[in-house]
Amino acid sequence: MSLAVAESRPLAARAKMQSRGVDVHYGDKQALFGIDLDIAANAVTALIGPSGCGKSTFLRCLNRMNDVIESCRVSGRITLDGEDIYQSDLDVVQLRARVGMVFQKPNPFPKSIYDNVAYGPRIHGLAADRVELDGIVEQSLRRAGLWDEVSDRLGQRGTSLSGGQQQRLCIARAIAVDPEVVLMDEPCSALDPIATARIEELIDELRQNYTLVIVTHSMQQAARISQRTAFFHLGVLVEEGETEQIFTNPVDERTHAYITGRIG
Amino acid sequence: MTEAAPTGPVARQARRQRQVRRLKRRYAAERRFRLYGIAALLLALGFLVSLFVVILGNAYPAFRQTEIALEIHFDPQLIDPEGTRAPAALSGADYGALVNQALAGLFPEVTGRREKRALRRLVSVGAAFELRAMVLDEPTLIGETRGVWLPASADVDLLVKGGPREAAEARLGAEAAAWIVRLRADGRLERHFNHRFLTAGDSREPELAGIRGAVVGSFYALVVCLGLAFPLGVMTAVYLQEFAPKNRWTDLIEVNINNLAAVPSIVFGLLGLAVLLNFLGLPRSAPLVGGIVLALMTLPTVIIAGRAALGAVPPSIREAALALGASPLQVVAHHVLPLAMPGILTGTIIGMARALGETAPLLMIGMVAFIVDVPSGPTDPATALPVQIFLWADVPERGFAERTAAAIVVLLGFLAVMNLAAVLLRRRFEQRW
Amino acid sequence: METGHIVKSFDEELARLDNMVAEMGGLAEAQLVDAVAALIRRDVAAAERIVARDRRLDAIENDLHSLTLRLLALRQPVAADLRIIVAALKISSSLERIGDYAKNIAKRTFALAKAPALGGAAHSIARMAALVQAMIKNVLDAYIQRDAAKADDVRLRDQEVDQVYTSLFRELLTYMMEDPRSITAATHLLFVAKNVERIGDHATGIAEQVHFMVAGELPGELRPKGDNTSFTVVELGASEQEDEAGSE
Repeated sequence: MSLAVAESRPLAARAKMQSRGVDVHYGDKQALFGIDLDIAANAVTALIGPSGCGKSTFLRCLNRMNDVIESCRVSGRITLDGEDIYQSDLDVVQLRARVGMVFQKPNPFPKSIYDNVAYGPRIHGLAADRVELDGIVEQSLRRAGLWDEVSDRLGQRGTSLSGGQQQRLCIARAIAVDPEVVLMDEPCSALDPIATARIEELIDELRQNYTLVIVTHSMQQAARISQRTAFFHLGVLVEEGETEQIFTNPVDERTHAYITGRIG
Repeated sequence: MTEAAPTGPVARQARRQRQVRRLKRRYAAERRFRLYGIAALLLALGFLVSLFVVILGNAYPAFRQTEIALEIHFDPQLIDPEGTRAPAALSGADYGALVNQALAGLFPEVTGRREKRALRRLVSVGAAFELRAMVLDEPTLIGETRGVWLPASADVDLLVKGGPREAAEARLGAEAAAWIVRLRADGRLERHFNHRFLTAGDSREPELAGIRGAVVGSFYALVVCLGLAFPLGVMTAVYLQEFAPKNRWTDLIEVNINNLAAVPSIVFGLLGLAVLLNFLGLPRSAPLVGGIVLALMTLPTVIIAGRAALGAVPPSIREAALALGASPLQVVAHHVLPLAMPGILTGTIIGMARALGETAPLLMIGMVAFIVDVPSGPTDPATALPVQIFLWADVPERGFAERTAAAIVVLLGFLAVMNLAAVLLRRRFEQRW
Repeated sequence: METGHIVKSFDEELARLDNMVAEMGGLAEAQLVDAVAALIRRDVAAAERIVARDRRLDAIENDLHSLTLRLLALRQPVAADLRIIVAALKISSSLERIGDYAKNIAKRTFALAKAPALGGAAHSIARMAALVQAMIKNVLDAYIQRDAAKADDVRLRDQEVDQVYTSLFRELLTYMMEDPRSITAATHLLFVAKNVERIGDHATGIAEQVHFMVAGELPGELRPKGDNTSFTVVELGASEQEDEAGSE
């Protein structure tokens, strides 16, 4: 059942990913109700909403990470470049190479920095030889704004970096497989303000090359970094539109109540 | 609306006094609790210390063996009358005569047959075998005269170590004491480190008995056990923890595995007897069979430890690998298993240590016979160290009492080393995620 | 918005903002009424009091300015909260200007007290001032009640004020042409009328801010205008015909 969504302005750019009528159940409990959402290409879409509203659940549907949860059932249609990602013969491994993910708490592998970034390209066979792999690692670390800080100690363990550096390492690791979409689940919530600002700057640079979807519980962050914002509440997509519109004059009462701090 | 606690300085004072009294009682209770803990600890330590003291005290004499130096003339007439130097001939010779000759040379005054027999009984019967081994090893010895340290008999050993005199004297005869004194004065009777204990197999004579056979048998059994339990256990743990669907069947399997870990080991012995020996017809008393039985016993431990170690790997690592597009097998092989390995190894070593000390199942499959030869392979009949201890404990001869204790010390030593290795391994690989 | 903010102190500060705007509005309205009354009664003492009272208006505006800075910096307001604060800032500026115009009107009392009275014109001015006073009162009610419809209504009434002003303009020009001795008084009255008309424009501006605050966008259509004084020409000797054909 698709509930009418208050949309401030129709999506102008071609959508990179689309969801239509997506429902998610955890066992008997329904967590998402008929989500219709377009994700714009080469832009940052922020998913906001109070705790437990389903925004992280929806994010995890986009790269089928919900598959690893036994009791989780996803119905509806989610497409990437028009292709249904839940069709039975779709290779999930391929999907996750195209749609990468960065998590809330930085989780680098307990390996060297180099091996962390090189792991994705290695398992997908993206580099023909060591030289090419070195190139990919360097480019990813540069894109993530980490190269200058770690180029002289690539052999050190990834876990020896500071929190902000670890998160940037995770971002470098995610973009090393050359994805098209990068999903971020509250990427800055474990970081201090300076590290957060660095990551936000990084996100702004990344959107030139990638499509980004970010779940955040900080409305100010969503306002700062996103071009489009979608507000979730109790498993329903309440409103979606241009960020400026949502934050100056939202259409739906519930959106307004949430962003001005009256509910949630 | 509640009746608020009365305020005001007087009420506050009273409350504070009550608080102070309660606090004092609490501190007293904590002190008592700590004392109980220390007392319990001291009690346990006391038992442990007394155990060690008793065993070590009993075991220590076994490591020292009385030996007698004799001038052995390797008489070619006795050893190799035909002069062929053929091993068969050399083996068959009567080396005991050489010993008697040497003894006669030292004590020319001993003439009577009874006395001569008594004299012979000073030296262990194993001396002849040692001489034979020397000649087979070095045929050039034939014709030479050499001083050789030979093992004294168990009774002499007992007397020298200060054990109960009457029985020994009764067997040796009254003159023995004087002979021993003389030999000692001549510097021909000394206590040396008992290398035979570690190099020889089992024997009827305590002075010749060693644990080598048992140690090698245990070793083969453990190798077989490890070779079976570790790969099977790890793969099972990986499957159950990572890949198996969570349904009633897997719950049932988990419950059964947990219960198997608590099954008395003798049941596994019966299983081995019925299936491996009777049905499959594998060689009896072989470390191979013992190893298989021990493997069955250790398997639940390895599986449980493996599952715990795999479960301890944080899901964030798994999610990160999955999100990069790794298949579930790659996630396990590249990330989860390497991180879980220290825990798995620790569990395996602890399981091995338990298997090393198991006696009951090995008894059932027959590794209890009196085996003299050191086994050369896992299919040769053998015995195991704990079984050896069990057997020696039953033997009435005095000499075996100290050897039993010594064998226990060796077994405890192995167990301590294995557990220490487990602790060090765990400490070394304590992961900081 | 029915429910208040989860953080109650934010609601309290917004309420303080409203009170300040209301206080300024009441004061500005009173200044206007008193100034026009003092003008008509030629009450110099009252006029002095009005001039002195303007300082109070300026002081409140400063406080309000500080409060809005504080709210913007510390609360990161969005949506309606942001619009309320921005609107309050602009409205207070308009109210302060209204107060200045009223002070100016009061000042002219000193000059007009020495000049001969121009009864008719004075009454027109009083009528205009009454209209504008009503506008101010209504627009402040619209602000407090967050009523966009009321604010739109006020906006339309400015046209009437402009029309009164246009006819007053012609009237005063006529006086000046007929009797040169009335030029001093008439000129001052012209300025007074202009001030009142400007106050009306500011009230309209406030109404537009209220509309924006409530609806999230400025009212689309242009304000209805009736101020034709820019085009008004009165010819010598043609005054009688103008009177007959005079517009109302």
